[in-house]
Amino acid sequence: MSNILLYAEVTKDKYLHTVLFELAYKARELSEKLNNADVSALLICKTGLADEFKEAFINSGFDYVYIAEDDRLANYSTELYSKIAVDVINEIKPEIILIGATTQGRDLAPRISSSLHTGLTADCTGLDINERGQLAATRPTFGGKLMATILCKTNPQMATVRPKVFKPAPKNIVKDTKFIYIKPDIDNIDTKVKFVEFVKGLNTAINELDSAEIIVAGGKGMKNEAGFELLKNFAESIGACVAASRGAVEMGLAPSDIQIGQTGKTVTPKLYIACGISGAIQHIVGMQDSDKIIAINTDEKAPIFDVCDYGFIGDVFEVLPKLTNLYKTK
Amino acid sequence: MKIIVCIKQVPDTTDIKWTENNTIQREGVESIINPFDVYAIEEALKLKKVLTDVEITVITMGPLQAEKMLRQAIALGCDKGVLITDKKFAGADTYATGKTIAAAIKSKFSDFDLIICGQFAIDGDTAQTGPSIASQLGIPQITFVKELKDCDGGHICAVREIEDGLETLKVELPALICVLKGIQETTRAKINGYIKGKNAEIEVYSMEDIGLTPEETGIKGSPTFVSRAFRPEHNRGKCEMCRDISLLKEKITEFGGLNIE
Repeated sequence: MSNILLYAEVTKDKYLHTVLFELAYKARELSEKLNNADVSALLICKTGLADEFKEAFINSGFDYVYIAEDDRLANYSTELYSKIAVDVINEIKPEIILIGATTQGRDLAPRISSSLHTGLTADCTGLDINERGQLAATRPTFGGKLMATILCKTNPQMATVRPKVFKPAPKNIVKDTKFIYIKPDIDNIDTKVKFVEFVKGLNTAINELDSAEIIVAGGKGMKNEAGFELLKNFAESIGACVAASRGAVEMGLAPSDIQIGQTGKTVTPKLYIACGISGAIQHIVGMQDSDKIIAINTDEKAPIFDVCDYGFIGDVFEVLPKLTNLYKTK
Repeated sequence: MKIIVCIKQVPDTTDIKWTENNTIQREGVESIINPFDVYAIEEALKLKKVLTDVEITVITMGPLQAEKMLRQAIALGCDKGVLITDKKFAGADTYATGKTIAAAIKSKFSDFDLIICGQFAIDGDTAQTGPSIASQLGIPQITFVKELKDCDGGHICAVREIEDGLETLKVELPALICVLKGIQETTRAKINGYIKGKNAEIEVYSMEDIGLTPEETGIKGSPTFVSRAFRPEHNRGKCEMCRDISLLKEKITEFGGLNIE
């Protein structure tokens, strides 16, 4: 019986990371193309925590959930978590493993795939089953200028997917989920990495961008700090969150935690306003699923205009202050 | 203390253009040291400043031209440059690349204390090669590191930048660290650095030198392969263009659902 295994990440706040539900819905779709393969999850957490998540698993279409609980697993540990994951995978032999491309997922996944001597495709934006029943994982490469569909010669075929790339199921998919507890075999592991401290919340910008309805993003065309101030003023006038392209971050105009794009964040606001961003696909992969996109740029040939709903040809240094005034005077 | 920095030669992706045949134009595209690997070099140089007896070896797997990058790294203050190069390495995915670099380290530099890698390469952007090297060397890893501190030669503390905040971990060496853009100062090569880089003897190793077989490297040794490459498409309708600010404002108000009286 073929089997698709998803990694259920527990956040620092002790919630299931929402990327699991996005992966779960996609895995159901893949399962239909694999003779209804089982969709399973692996949950690694401190003792007793799994009970809080059972309803979420039942409502998200999981056939099986493998649970490894232990008080030594309260904080994510590459060494312990990868050991447990590899043990479970060797036992249940899934054909496909999907992991959210969070910092935890991106730390864990290559460690597992290397241990299993199998392939891993990072940051996929498309997953499908090809005519030969293999996982066809599509991802942007070369700074997003090229899309590549990647196959894996060995099992399990592994892939990571960023949060917000796929959509969760529109309604509950209720299953008679079976919960299988596994005793973690970690007594003999001499962990070399020790947890020292965690300081929460310094990256609030990241979370604000996740839930922002409107994002105003600046690129190299903002030129300097004064330009970025114009952008911030405009964002404030319409109650929007500020973001930046990699170009702007590299110029030192904005911190890297508000960078949108392949090496930054993926966002899906109601409205994304790209100001002075030429639209390298590196950037576009991080914002293309916004409901509406407006771009302001002096260069009418800028590629950003290929992906937006509404384009304004003009200099941001003129346009933004005028817009800000229009909104402020009303 | 012996530090190894792994670097990659990448095309400057801000500079990539399409040919008429929908392939990436590679001619005339500048190659640079992957920017995240420059941060790795800078972290190593920072440690060299505060600790005594630090030797920094820079390793890259790549074509012969990658030697130029190793000389740049030496010019910045690294001590040794090592090029692992072989036609058989072509087409390696992150697993095969990790295996090759790990084999080179195991066979030639097994007395290292710390390996520093950039978190991502800007061309492939997989963030997998570092952990793959660590896994194949059987050493611990710490990824998404913004700052390294309190190194006593036997341990090092690393501050990770993760979604919900900053996590500090302490690891017993040897270990592998993947760094983000942190708080490094930009190092610029000085004139005697350039001379040192120019005159440095670069160590060059082939597949046989590091004890691997053709089945373990390159495209043959890679579990994954690209079955299709294509230009990204966007399915948004045609963009409406305008030059009238009040129209632009109307659209922003409409799309953004702004409630303006």
